[in-house]
Order: sequence, then structure tokens, then C-alpha cells
Amino acid sequence: MTATTDPAAVAATDTESRLDARPRRGGGTGTPTLGVNHLWKVFGPAEHKLIGTPDVDLARDELRRKTGSMIAIRDVSFQVWPGEVFVVMGLSGSGKSTLVRCITRLIEPTAGEVLLDGDDIRKANAEKLRELRRRRFSMVFQHFGLLPHRRVLDNVAYPLEIRGEEKAARYKRAHEMIELVGLKGHADSYPDQLSGGMQQRVGLARALAVDPEVMLFDEPFSALDPLIRRDMQNEVMRLHREVGKTMVFITHDLAEALRLGDHIVIMRDGKVVQSGRPEELVGAPADDYVADFVRDVPKANVLTLRWVMRPVMPDDALDGPEFPATTIIRRSLHAAIETDKPLRVVEDGRLIGVVDRWHILAAIAGGEREA
Amino acid sequence: MTAITAPAASGLDPRTARRLVYLAMAAAAAVLYLVLAGQSTLPHDEEYPLFGSLNGVKAWVDEHRNSILVFSLIREGVGGLVGFFENVIAALGWPGVLAATGALGAIFGGWRLAVMTMLGMAAIGLLGLWTSGMDTLAQMLAAVVIALLIGIPLGIIGGRSKRFAAVVTPILDVMQIMPTFAYLAPLTLLFSIGVSTAAIATLIYAIPPAIRITALGIRAVPDASVEAAQSLGSTRWQVLRKVQLPLARRTIGIGVNQTIMMALSMVVITAVIGAPGLGADVLRALQQVNVGLAFQAGLAIVILAIVLDRLTDRAGEWMDPRFRKTDANKARRRLLYLAALGTVVAATLLARGLPDPAEFPEAVKLSLVAPVNDVIKWITTNFGEGTASIKDAFSVVLLNPLEGVLTSAPWWLVIGVVLALAWLISGVRASVVAGVCLVLVVLLGLWEHGMQTLASVLIATALTLILGGILGILSARHDRFRTILRPILDAAQTMPAFVYLIPAVALFSPSRFTAIVAALVYAIPPVIRLVDVGIRTVPATIVEAATAAGSTSRQLLWKVQLPLSRRALLVAANQGIVMVLAMVVVGALVGAGALGYDVIAGFAQGEDFGKGLAAGTAIVLLGIMLDRITQGAGGRPSTEVARGG
Repeated sequence: MTATTDPAAVAATDTESRLDARPRRGGGTGTPTLGVNHLWKVFGPAEHKLIGTPDVDLARDELRRKTGSMIAIRDVSFQVWPGEVFVVMGLSGSGKSTLVRCITRLIEPTAGEVLLDGDDIRKANAEKLRELRRRRFSMVFQHFGLLPHRRVLDNVAYPLEIRGEEKAARYKRAHEMIELVGLKGHADSYPDQLSGGMQQRVGLARALAVDPEVMLFDEPFSALDPLIRRDMQNEVMRLHREVGKTMVFITHDLAEALRLGDHIVIMRDGKVVQSGRPEELVGAPADDYVADFVRDVPKANVLTLRWVMRPVMPDDALDGPEFPATTIIRRSLHAAIETDKPLRVVEDGRLIGVVDRWHILAAIAGGEREA
Repeated sequence: MTAITAPAASGLDPRTARRLVYLAMAAAAAVLYLVLAGQSTLPHDEEYPLFGSLNGVKAWVDEHRNSILVFSLIREGVGGLVGFFENVIAALGWPGVLAATGALGAIFGGWRLAVMTMLGMAAIGLLGLWTSGMDTLAQMLAAVVIALLIGIPLGIIGGRSKRFAAVVTPILDVMQIMPTFAYLAPLTLLFSIGVSTAAIATLIYAIPPAIRITALGIRAVPDASVEAAQSLGSTRWQVLRKVQLPLARRTIGIGVNQTIMMALSMVVITAVIGAPGLGADVLRALQQVNVGLAFQAGLAIVILAIVLDRLTDRAGEWMDPRFRKTDANKARRRLLYLAALGTVVAATLLARGLPDPAEFPEAVKLSLVAPVNDVIKWITTNFGEGTASIKDAFSVVLLNPLEGVLTSAPWWLVIGVVLALAWLISGVRASVVAGVCLVLVVLLGLWEHGMQTLASVLIATALTLILGGILGILSARHDRFRTILRPILDAAQTMPAFVYLIPAVALFSPSRFTAIVAALVYAIPPVIRLVDVGIRTVPATIVEAATAAGSTSRQLLWKVQLPLSRRALLVAANQGIVMVLAMVVVGALVGAGALGYDVIAGFAQGEDFGKGLAAGTAIVLLGIMLDRITQGAGGRPSTEVARGG
């Protein structure tokens, strides 16, 4: 396996290139774009009776037997900051798709708050909610959700049409969006004349046409084959650079989460089991479940030198090569081969630790031991 | 219950035990019959008091009908719409009607369809049945317009609201199993006989497919599309108008087609309540046993059915929004519309110059009456003995004994046996329903006639299932056989029930047997189709696995394909029974007697009205009973409307 075809290796370069551009979470000021506080969703007859009773701690099967209900989201909280790509990762049945639908109330949450710029969406009446969906959110679906009886152009213009925009104006905007996602020349095609990847580009263009504050992606690339998926991930990253939207991205694919995410939460059985930056998940899994997930990730491709450095000892040779603490471990490999001195790790021009060559080798070997 | 558990406790294999219990029960019933035959029978009584009371009701309604505003409004409204279509057709004249059907054909399907539809309409004129044909057309159009105006909105609501669907579905189920005749008696009570009542009966009969198929179409719209539209902030109205309706349009088109075909099949039957048209021609000819005349009118009905079917079928495609509309096409199509409109206007103007544009020219008429009657005469002289002996043998061996047993057994014994059978096949609920239905038949005073009709239905159903099953299996297993069968089945399905009587009566002259033959011919095609589909939809992987395990083709059929298509087979049985019942009753027109005859006599003679109404009700009760018994056997999942969504 060569470095150029190993997806994980490519993921590493992407991750690194994004590391420096990554927005600081919270930044200390303002409100998050999206705040989810103590959100619950219960399906079944006991929907409004269950929360607050000891029954919520029953095992899934037992709960179903006793109450006929199922808890899809339990007490989930997180914040999404402006311009961030926020990834929710979990296997099927973990509640991630329900979660993203609760955000725009396509599925009505049972309890909790969903704040958009500090306003609780759950308090919005039907008309207000429609306005929110028309102007401030947009969503990209796993199965595209295109309207098969409309041309690409009319699909992309649909959200503008339903909010009453003039034909000329909405077609102009739709054409721009179609061009933006690289579908120029396909405006008059019908969805079933396009490949899966192209159909999802239409879905993207439609979501962008709204000029929303927050874009929600519900496993948008799961139905695509791996090569197309890579293309589309690149496309999302490019669009994120160009339009700078806040994005909430649902996926079951860890590689995708690590590639795209500024911040990742991992869900299991409706609960958040870990929340953090990609390297935090890989470097310090919160429990066995997460550890199991990230076990096969080549750590050297995700972790930075900060994760493997040790404090400076008095007898360390301090004339080795110097690297910022945010350097991906793999990037330091060449330098480490060429010198037998420890690498110096600096942050803000200050020496904060050193990395020995064996640290680097161990990180690389450790990641591939299981493979 | 104790009888069932006792042998099981004695250590027998439960299956054998159950069989023994069945055998014991059958033996007990047989012994009871032998001992008690001829006792507590309920022979038919023309003077049964209920009939007289119903006549009294009728007299009262007749007297007060015009003062009940709702009824007269409906009657006038529907009658007015029929009149409107009659006037339009008359104003177009025959050249205008020909041009209009041609124009529609050209728009929906191109010149081929245009030529075909025009030839079809012209053939009706050539047969000398233009006026009758146009009467039938006008009544049908009026009924269809109203049926769609009611049915499509209800279907849309049913497609969007599960609760509404849950309410409507059982009503549609019952409407679906009601034999056509059953609609007529109560309607004549409310609206008297005549064209309006005919149109009302027709529209009631034609509404269920409009509702059902529309709901199906709305529900078949992918959830993903609806959800995406919602996520973008569409209102409910926008979701309906911009997503659900356009995507359901093709299916709704099929619904329109079905509604038209149902309406046509009903509208010819309404001849028995005095509606003019092709049905009346057939009826008159059947009464005179003039097969040639009946054949000619029947042929006109079939031609009309084919023309309407093709037109609406292609119209559905034309309505499909995915029918790609490029700009180059648009200009051409506009030209086509203009040309079509121009042709119709020109033809209508031309018609003004004719002495009587509403009547097809006398000079070009062509009668098939004499040649057909010659053929029939030839058949009767050469094969008359053959067909007669088939008929007699059938009556002696099957029909008479069964009728005899059912009518001579004590009524409570028959009900008891039906209860037990219903319980075994479909469980307690079906058994209760069946019991209630039969008790009501007793109370209606129509036990003997009911049992005679039941005997015919049972025999016809058994034959239908045997023949249909065999043909269905052959069709499923031999592609070539299927290719031959397919167009025949398609044609059979577009033909109104009425016309099936004609060949039967030609071969066997009026008798109970004739009605059974007609029912066979009518009910076999859907049975073949259902059996074929059932076997063919057995998953290919399972068939492959069974073949790989070394099954012979016979083993494959008996051990894999038939058991796995059990559900489809039961649906086929259910469908077969419902259709047979409908036809056996219509068969009264060709000598079937019993309940069907009571119904028709009720329309014809005022003093028989009460009995006719009771007989119509008894038919419905028998229908519900048979449907419940067969449906519960894991059969028909109570229709699409309730499902999914």
C-alpha cells in the first residue's frame, strides 16, 4: 500500500491542511450558531410520560416490553460555532439521523432546547418554523430527495419558488448554484438522467440556493461508491472554504468524520459518548466503544506532535529540528530519520517539549499493528 | 372446544387428532342430514309478509319522493349532467364525435391511436347502434365526471391521512364486493327508475377505484421527496401541489382509466332499471333470445370499451410529468392542439349541413344479426346435442344434488356447517359474520332462493379456481404460453360483465348452467393473472436454491412455488368468488333463476318490488359471507389504502 492510495494517508494531509485554518471553538465571545440542550426524543405511546421516571434507564428491549416505547435521543447537548464543520458520527440505530431531523423539527423532539442564534426553535409556530426552514436551514439527504418530475434547474430553484421569488431571479440564482457545484450544462436534465454523485450535487446546489446559515447533511454520501464519495467530500470542503457555511454533518464513516470534522461527537444508543476534535477522539478515546472505533485509524496520520511529546529533560540535545505542536506526526518522519537528536516542539515560539524518534515510530507502528 | 382437546390429550399426534375431529364433525353433519332431511326447511313463500311491507315502503316513498328535496336535487342534478352530455354529443353530430375521438387519440397517442379510435367509433355507427352508443356514452361520462369529482379529492385525503384511510377502507371493501345488481334495488327505491338513477348507480359503483388508486398514488410518492420539500419549508398545500400530485399523476391516470371501465361495465347493466343505450339493446335481444342481435350490441359495447381504455391509458402517459417537454416539442404540440381543435370544429360545422347529424347515415349500415344467427343455428344443429348433454349431465351430476342438499337440509344445520367451516378457515370473527349473514337471509324470507344461488356460486367458484389455477400455473411456468394468454386476458379485463352472457347463451340457451359458464369466463382471467403473479414473484434466489438442491420441476412447484405463493392463491380465490357471485346474479338474465331473478322481477313489476329489494340484500349478505370466509384465510390484506404511509 503506497502513501498516495492509502485513504488514511490522504486523510492525514487533508486534516493537516485544515488544522491551522480551524476556527477556535467559542472564541470566548458570542453565542453558538446552534445550541442543543438536553434534547430527548422518545418514540411510542409513552413519549411524554417517560422522561424523568426511572424507566429511562431500562435496557432497550426491556423498555419496549414495558412501555412500548423507544428512546432515540437521550439528553443530548452540544454547541456548533459559526463557520464550523460539526460531525455527528454513529452506527445505524445510534439516533444520529433522528437528531438531525429534530434540529429542524422534521421529527418533533420530546424535550429539550434547540437554539438557533439563541432563539429556541421548539417555540416557533408553524409559520415561523417554515420561515426558518426556508431561509436559515437547509438539508442534504442520504437519498437525495430530489423531485423526479422536475429538471435539475427547477429542483435547485424549488426552495426559492416556494418562498415566492420571481422566476427570473430564482433561475439566475439556481444557475449560479448549479455552476458552483460543477453541474454546468446539466440544468435541463432530469434527476434520473444523472449519476448518483451528480444527483447529490443537485441536492447540494438546492441546499446552497437558500443561502442558509446552517447546512445539515444527513449521511449525504453513504449511498455513493467510494471514489465518488471522496470527490464529494472534497467538494464539500471546497464549498466550505468558499462559502464558509456552518455545517452539521451526519455520517457513519469514521474516515469521513475525521476528514471533514472540526469537531466530532460520537453517538451510541441515543447518547453522546464522546465529543471533541478529531485528534482527541483518536488520541484519548473516552471508552472502549470509541477506542474500538478508532483502533484501526493510523494514529500517526491524525495525531499531532503534541500527543507524543515529552517534557524537556536537562540532558536533551536541543539543536534538533523544530516543529510546531500542530504538526501531524507523519510529517515529522523524514526529519526524524535524518537526525538522532530529539525533535523540538514549539508553540507560539516557545519550546514546550521534545519528541524522540522512537515516539514517532511507535505511533506509526501502533496504528498499524492491528492491520 | 373440549372435543378438540380430548383426542390430543390421549397422546395422538395433534395433526392426526385435528383431522379426526374434522372427520367426526363431517360425519355428524352427514348423519344429521340423513336423519333430518326435509325437516325445518324454509320453502320459498311468495306471500312472505316482509315483501308486502317493503312494497308499502316503496309506495310511501313514491308518493313523497318529490317532497324530499335532497333526493330530487340529486336526481335532477345528475339527470341534468347526463342531458348536458347528450346535448354536447348531439351538437357535435356523428362527424364531430368521430373528429373529437380522433383528435384526442392524436394528442394522447399519435396518429395510430387516432385512426384506431375513429375506426372504433365508426364501427359502432356501422352496426346501426350509433344512438344507443351515444346514450351509453353520455350516461357514462356524467357518472365518471361526478365519480372523479368526489373520488379524487377523497383519495388525496386518504393518501395523506392515515386516520381517514382507516375509516374509508372498510367501506370501500364492502362496496367492492357488492355485486352490481345489489346497488340497483335500493337506488330505485330512493330515486325511482330511469336515466338519473342509472347514472347514480354507475357513479357509486365507479367511485371506489378512483379513491383507492388516487390514495395509492399519493402514498407511493417517495418519502424522501416529501421530506426534502418539507425541510425546505413547503406548506402542506405546496407539498401536495408541487410534489405529491405531480408525482402521483400517472397513477391517478390509471385510476381514471379504471373508473371509466367500471362505469362502462355498470352503465350497460343499468338497462334493467330502464336506462336506454347499448345495455338495453343487449337486454332486449336476450329476452327475445335473439343471439345475433345481442352479439351485435355486445360487440358495440366491447368496441366502446376498447376505445375508451386505449384513450385513457395513453392519456395517463401523456399526463405523466416525466413525459419530457423540450422546447422544440412544445411548438409542435401547440400546432397539434390547434389542428385537433380545428378538425373538430370543421367536422361539427360540416355536420350542420347533414339532414340529421345525430344519426349515423343509414346507407352504410351493416348488420351482423343474420350471419351470427346463421352460425348459431349451424352450431345448434351440429353440436346442439353435445352442448345439451353437457348441460344436462352437469345439472344432474353437480348442480341438482348440491341444490337439493342445501334446500332440503334443516336451515339450522346448514348454518351450523357454514359456521364451523368459517371458523376453521378464518377464525371466530369470520364465523360470526357468516352466521349473522345467513340468519339475516332466513329473516328476509329468501332461504330457498338463497341456497339455490349459493349452490350455483359454489360450483362456479370451484370450477373457476380449478381451471384458473391450472392455467395460472401453466402461464407462470411457460413463457410462451403466457405470451399467448396475455392479450386475451387483457382484452377480457376491459370487457363489461354483461357481454359475457352472450356467448354463453349462444352455446347453451338460457339455463342455470349458462349463467355458470358466463361466470367462469368472467372470473377466470383475474384468477389466472393472480396465480401467475403469485408464482412468479416467488424470490428467484429461493427457486435457485431449490433447483441447486436437485428439485425436479414438479417438486419445485409443489414444495416451493405453490406454498410460497399461498397468499396470492388465497387472494385469487377471494377475487374469484366475488366475481362469480356478481356474474351468477347477472346470469338471471339468461335463466339463472333464484335471487338474481327475484331482483330483476322486482324492477320489472311493481308488486314484486319488495321481494326484489330483499333479494338484493340477500345477495349482498351472501357476498359478505363468502368474502369474509375466504379473506380471513391469511388472504387479502385489507386493501392498499390502509397499508403503509
